[in-house]
Amino acid sequence: MAARATVVQRAAALVGRGVEGVYVLLMNAVGLLMEPLQRLVGMRRMAWLFLLPNLLVFTIFILFPMVLNVYYATTSGPRLYPQDRPFVGTANFERLFTCTDYTNPNTCLEDRFWRAARNTGVFVLFQVGGMVAISLLTALVLNRKVVARGFFRSVFFYPVLLSPVVVALIWKWILQRDGVLNAMLVSLGGEPINFLLSGSWAMAWVIMVSIWANMGFYTLILLAGLQSIPVELYDAGAIDGTSTLQSFRHITLPLLMPTMMVVLVLALIRAVQMFDEVFVLTGGGPGSATLLLVQYIYQTGFGTQNPRFGLAAATSVTLGAVLLVATLLQLRIGRGSERHLA
Amino acid sequence: MTAVARFLTRRQGDRPHGRRGRWTVTDVLTYAYLGAGVLVMFGPVAWLVLSSFKTPANLIEFPPTLLPLAHDTALVGDYPQPLPLYDVVLEDGTTARFAQVRRIGLTAQMVDPAAPDDIIAVPIDQRTPVRSFRLAFENYTESFTRFNFARYLRNSVVVTVGATLITLVINSMAAFALSKYRFPGRNLVFLVIISTLMIPISVILVPVYLVINQVGWVNNLWGVIIPGAATPTGVFLLRQYMLTIPDELLDSGRIDGASEWRLYWQIVLPLAAPALAVLAIFSVMWRWNDFLWPLIVLTRSEFFTLQVGLNAFQGELQVQWHYVLAMTVLTLLPITLVFSLLQRFITTGIASTGVKG
Repeated sequence: MAARATVVQRAAALVGRGVEGVYVLLMNAVGLLMEPLQRLVGMRRMAWLFLLPNLLVFTIFILFPMVLNVYYATTSGPRLYPQDRPFVGTANFERLFTCTDYTNPNTCLEDRFWRAARNTGVFVLFQVGGMVAISLLTALVLNRKVVARGFFRSVFFYPVLLSPVVVALIWKWILQRDGVLNAMLVSLGGEPINFLLSGSWAMAWVIMVSIWANMGFYTLILLAGLQSIPVELYDAGAIDGTSTLQSFRHITLPLLMPTMMVVLVLALIRAVQMFDEVFVLTGGGPGSATLLLVQYIYQTGFGTQNPRFGLAAATSVTLGAVLLVATLLQLRIGRGSERHLA
Repeated sequence: MTAVARFLTRRQGDRPHGRRGRWTVTDVLTYAYLGAGVLVMFGPVAWLVLSSFKTPANLIEFPPTLLPLAHDTALVGDYPQPLPLYDVVLEDGTTARFAQVRRIGLTAQMVDPAAPDDIIAVPIDQRTPVRSFRLAFENYTESFTRFNFARYLRNSVVVTVGATLITLVINSMAAFALSKYRFPGRNLVFLVIISTLMIPISVILVPVYLVINQVGWVNNLWGVIIPGAATPTGVFLLRQYMLTIPDELLDSGRIDGASEWRLYWQIVLPLAAPALAVLAIFSVMWRWNDFLWPLIVLTRSEFFTLQVGLNAFQGELQVQWHYVLAMTVLTLLPITLVFSLLQRFITTGIASTGVKG
């Protein structure tokens, strides 16, 4: 056994030295280019040279598209190239927001957008609410002195790492008409339900599956928040004779508030952008019962024979505005709660 | 009510099982919750893995069997194919094990393996298949030979490894510049990068697609690798870490005549290794699991990544679940391995940085 360990160690050391050798070789090779450049521009301006690759990719693929998106939102037609697209002003936004009755998507010019918006609203409300509640409960449980806490913590965290497509397929297999969940239902004397083919069931499962997949992440953050609360506060409370419920209300909750706010806003921002899991699990169906905004953007601009890039971009801009408000809200609340604590 | 209240306020440092080592109601609740958690979180994955080893016939059964069961077969007499075995209830009430030659309507033609020449007619409701536990590894091997699965796997590996390396290099270079130099415009650059932290690709799909189209990267893995390489998250993470590296180290290097590039790769990068490792793990997870953007850029099946390929298979009219399930297991395997090896590292990394994997 010991001999084998040393063989493994020696092999690892050999691989390590190999990687190091390649690293040194490559870096020296780049140095052949960078050192003359440094003599040319001087030491201080090297900073821009170091920034250049990242800034280039950033500008071309993030900054420039952000500006161009607004242009797309104000033009129409099926052509991709900007010079082929006629300017239409706010027509795309008008199309998105024209309804005779805003509570009824059927009366809207772009009824799928409104359905998607309404579904996204429902999804965000229940997914964020449910997930934060469950994550908080789980964090509180994990914060107790339990045996094998590390194991349980990683149990709840594991699904976070799975790809959305894998998550959706796992649940699609379980939720099928002939799936294991229906088998349990039948064995308990129930009737099998076509979970993914009935509108309200599909939405409920989409919400539950996304909670299942993401709650571990928020649990981890809340747990870190709980563990940063000084134990002395509880001890002091115990001396003063506070009840456990009181110490939860007056110590745990207020001190956890900043973490809760971060979790709430992060969850909100992610829920508004939800796409992958839902797209693979239900495809937005049945009908458009689980169609969410990002899927609407995808289908309007890409998943169709005659793409309407203008409408897709206008929806993107709208979504971006919502995200911006949420982010600003986070900054505002974050600052507010800090002041409150100080 | 008091039990609930005590449960809500329990914390690390309290004794595990009440005062005299006895189990309190709260302890029972705690472990019941954790047990249910294990079932709910691992159960679906375990069910996926079990199902992926079932034969197609075993898969469509309702109610499903817990373990993968395969029909036992035997070579009988002169029949060229192995025949499926059944337990048959005979007219006199005894049972015998026969092999089925063929089924015609409601009767099955069977033979006794001991006397393979005499065909016995058996009503089909008098026979039950003989099955035993067997793992259908052919689901896995056939996914490789009958589909482009190996191709998807290769594409996913290329995208994940390529994108992670590029992300590490360009993000760390930018972070080095933003943390170790004072120059006009530094704060502006940093602010602009940070302000896009919350801009997801779903908000700029159309224009990024235009850029990719112009560069000629539609149906090209570069089109998936490059756009996400300049992550604001990575720059932020690395810059914050590099700020803690003392500038004096660089100054003494400069006195020794080292070039700026050498300071970067020989002093700063090795010292920033922990932050680089965190970013590397995140990048691997982001890229391996990425779906929406590859779905848009890659439309020809030879360029599909695993995620896009899996989605295409499950969207077919007749879903071949035995292959889809096996490929799903293979897709989650690498992440599961990485996680089980680096579990502690990942969870503490996420808890301290608030970055999502």
